[in-house]
Amino acid sequence: MDILNAFLIIGALGLLLGLGLAYAAKKFAVKKDEKAEDILAILPGANCGGCGFPGCSGYAAALSAGTAPNGLCPPGGAPVAAKVAKILGIEAEETAERMVAFVHCRGNHELSQLDYKYDGIEDCNAAALLFKGDNTCKYGCLHLGSCIKVCPTDAISRDEKGNIMVNPALCIGCKKCTLVCPTKVIRMIPARGSHAIACNSNDPGGKVRKICQVGCIGCKICENKFPESGCKVVNFLSEIDYANPMTQIVQAAKACPTKCIVEAK
Amino acid sequence: MAYIGIVITYIFINNFIFTQFLGLCPFIGVSKNSESALGMGMAVTFVMGLASLITWLVYNFLLVPLSLEYLQTLSFILVIAALVQLVELVIQKNSPALYQALGIFLPLITTNCAVLGIALINITQGYNLMESFTAGIAGGLGFTLAIILMSNLREKLDLQPVRKSFKGVPIAFVSGGLMALAFMAFDKALLSNLLG
Repeated sequence: MDILNAFLIIGALGLLLGLGLAYAAKKFAVKKDEKAEDILAILPGANCGGCGFPGCSGYAAALSAGTAPNGLCPPGGAPVAAKVAKILGIEAEETAERMVAFVHCRGNHELSQLDYKYDGIEDCNAAALLFKGDNTCKYGCLHLGSCIKVCPTDAISRDEKGNIMVNPALCIGCKKCTLVCPTKVIRMIPARGSHAIACNSNDPGGKVRKICQVGCIGCKICENKFPESGCKVVNFLSEIDYANPMTQIVQAAKACPTKCIVEAK
Repeated sequence: MAYIGIVITYIFINNFIFTQFLGLCPFIGVSKNSESALGMGMAVTFVMGLASLITWLVYNFLLVPLSLEYLQTLSFILVIAALVQLVELVIQKNSPALYQALGIFLPLITTNCAVLGIALINITQGYNLMESFTAGIAGGLGFTLAIILMSNLREKLDLQPVRKSFKGVPIAFVSGGLMALAFMAFDKALLSNLLG
């Protein structure tokens, strides 16, 4: 008889608790925002924060509430924006063009001069606390790879020479690396751009020459000889205007004396 | 005085993590950063206190009269799981902010062995209702203390040049073990000295 008792008690307990939970689930049901759930299903789910909201669910909720504009999702790009627009019942707007991160520096421990030997923890921001890093050039890449650690898609890597490179095919444009970088040597360029300036230094040409073999010396050859290259020198540093068709950029890259106009690939 | 003894016992002397080795899964799993460790600790404290109350009632008013004490493990698991589900529903409805803070941790601790452990310990120790509740809360606080200590340690460890073979969880286990050794300093003799 004992076994029957045990069976009944546990069965009754389970049944009672189950019914209680079923009732509670009805009574305490929370209305979920269906639109937000649908949008969340479409968003890439990388939770990269590139839209400026805390994760994909935050952006989905804001989209559904109408407080955020469509098309802020860099990894999703135009296809996701179009699907979201369909759910929201609005026209897909022209989305901003795809931007990718680029490390504007090709200096490394062979090509550029060091002030001292850094032997601390492997973190650019820690190194930047000591005289703005070990590089003599205070604008360049510190090569400690803080950006590699924050990149959600492993798009950033170190090549055999020790230079930090972004793979534009993998970059989703979340800008996390640009935020963590203490020297701001990582900036966003349009993904369609074929070339980029591999220098970030505003030092005058003479100083750059002394401390780095691959820095922009602000000689203006690119700007003056190849006006259609889109290059313009401001503060001893050439910059490419990507709105320009950039038809002469290949010649300009060849003519650059320090070869710091490089292919962005 | 008995209550103070219970509190000190379950926070320091019989700490669930460091002395009884119960609830180690969240101790390693959710101790990567101190914020979520605190969230987990609060959720465990809450559930352990509540589970102590309910399981004591189930045991003394349902199982004992029917002399079905041997069913305690089974029925406690059932009751605790249902209780956590109910609490989650109620919190989600009434306090979305608290739900955001605890929500993801609540389902994780449905079958946490620290929760079942305190329910069973209350019975074997022969505590009354209030003593059980105190033991539950104190056990939860001990768990919170352990997981917060661990998370702070791991945040610091992340910045240290740990050997590759030890990086991550292995060094966490080693440091957890060392912390458990340190907690052996709290023992029954200390308690009797404290309480005279």
